[in-house]
Amino acid sequence: MVGVPSRHKSLVLLAGVIILQVLLLAVQIKRESQGRLIRVWTVGIISPFERASSSSYSWVRDVWRHYFALRGTTRDNEQLRRDLNELKLRNSQLEGKAAEADRLAGLLHFKELHEDVPMIFARVIGTSAGSASLTIQLDRGEQDKIRRNMAVITPDGVVGKVIETYPNASQVLLLTDKESGVGAMVAESRDQGHVEGPVGGSGEPLLSMKYVPDDDGVNVGEHVITSGMDRIFPRDLPVGTIVEVKPGTTFKQIKVKPAASLERLEEVIVLLTQQPLDLKKEAAPALVKTHPGASASPPPVVRR
Amino acid sequence: MNEAYELRGGETHIEVHKFRAGAIIFSTLLALVFQAWFPLHFAKAGMLDLPLLVTIYFGLSRRNPSTGLLLGMAIGLLQDSLSGPTVPLGLYGIAKTVIGYLASSIGGKLDTEHPVARFALTIGFFVGHQAIMVLTRRILLAQPEPWFNLHLALSALVNAIAAVFLFILLDRLRKS
Repeated sequence: MVGVPSRHKSLVLLAGVIILQVLLLAVQIKRESQGRLIRVWTVGIISPFERASSSSYSWVRDVWRHYFALRGTTRDNEQLRRDLNELKLRNSQLEGKAAEADRLAGLLHFKELHEDVPMIFARVIGTSAGSASLTIQLDRGEQDKIRRNMAVITPDGVVGKVIETYPNASQVLLLTDKESGVGAMVAESRDQGHVEGPVGGSGEPLLSMKYVPDDDGVNVGEHVITSGMDRIFPRDLPVGTIVEVKPGTTFKQIKVKPAASLERLEEVIVLLTQQPLDLKKEAAPALVKTHPGASASPPPVVRR
Repeated sequence: MNEAYELRGGETHIEVHKFRAGAIIFSTLLALVFQAWFPLHFAKAGMLDLPLLVTIYFGLSRRNPSTGLLLGMAIGLLQDSLSGPTVPLGLYGIAKTVIGYLASSIGGKLDTEHPVARFALTIGFFVGHQAIMVLTRRILLAQPEPWFNLHLALSALVNAIAAVFLFILLDRLRKS
């Protein structure tokens, strides 16, 4: 056996470990496998901590907002101020609950309008563990019938699609990830295109709408909706609003601001259906206002 | 765990630190959980790469290249696993393996206890980490990726500042 000088042992180990990981990358690409077992183990270990962190944070935040943050205001006229603080505390609690109720009411309203469409609410419990991808983690998974490629939305608009499922959790690729894409069209003119993310660098994450010919009339402020052509997202869901239009060589360069607040997601809806979502007008007020040409009964969308 | 001793090479006296039991595992898990959880509530926190900072810290402190690179590999692979299927296993793994190796190699030759040294080293390691990620993406995965931009420069600065304070906290995990 060839002896390796001790000072070179770590270099040999480094080379070996890197080669192993390069092979791991190669195997994944060749077999289109993502090392599922390892991911299941890791997500299984980490997601309980994420749940605990999320719950603990909510508890600490509530305590902080509702008590400690108000303590400094009790200086003069202690009794009156204490009373005032109690009222503030109760008011703050009620406001928090009202905001949550509004949010949940929005979700419920959406669900009531689509009673025939199987969907499930899910809480966001984590994000991707690095900047290499833009994903969120939901507290529901395979046991709740969530499967890959299901559409994830809020009443405001499209959020992304499920890219991985685990027994009690699932990962969603956000619209603003560079791997993301959605078949889309301009609500007013019905010009078809493809929305991808992201553009805009370090600022607010914007999407890019591609393949809209230069001779089509598209204006800033117009709304972009799903076209249903990608066979994942049902037709007529809000995607965003056009914030910039520039002429290109063949196609326009269009920037779109996402309709859903992707940086502040707390609850989302996962569409469990393989059927097209028949959007009722009441369900998409933004579209009704700005999109008189939208079909009341969009054609069925064939989905995988 | 680590043994507390000094490496004596000529005129240099570099102390190798040992940590409380479970400190490395606990810090690693905490960094991964915070990395996945912080940006939910503070969007700008996505600029931080806490697993990278933990890799750098324990690399610099343990000063054993083999341990440093293995720890970097483990943290990187865990981060890959948590980043969803669009990130292949090995992307962060390779980058953090190299950073773990470099950090522990440099840690054995320089005094890395001073905040200014830690600040400068973190910027260097962040840039190196980004360069390896881009190389891996471009060469092995054929995916276009910008080498560097203003956002990454800002991220390097933010991570370096965070490292100065985080490393002081992590110093408390050392056995005296």
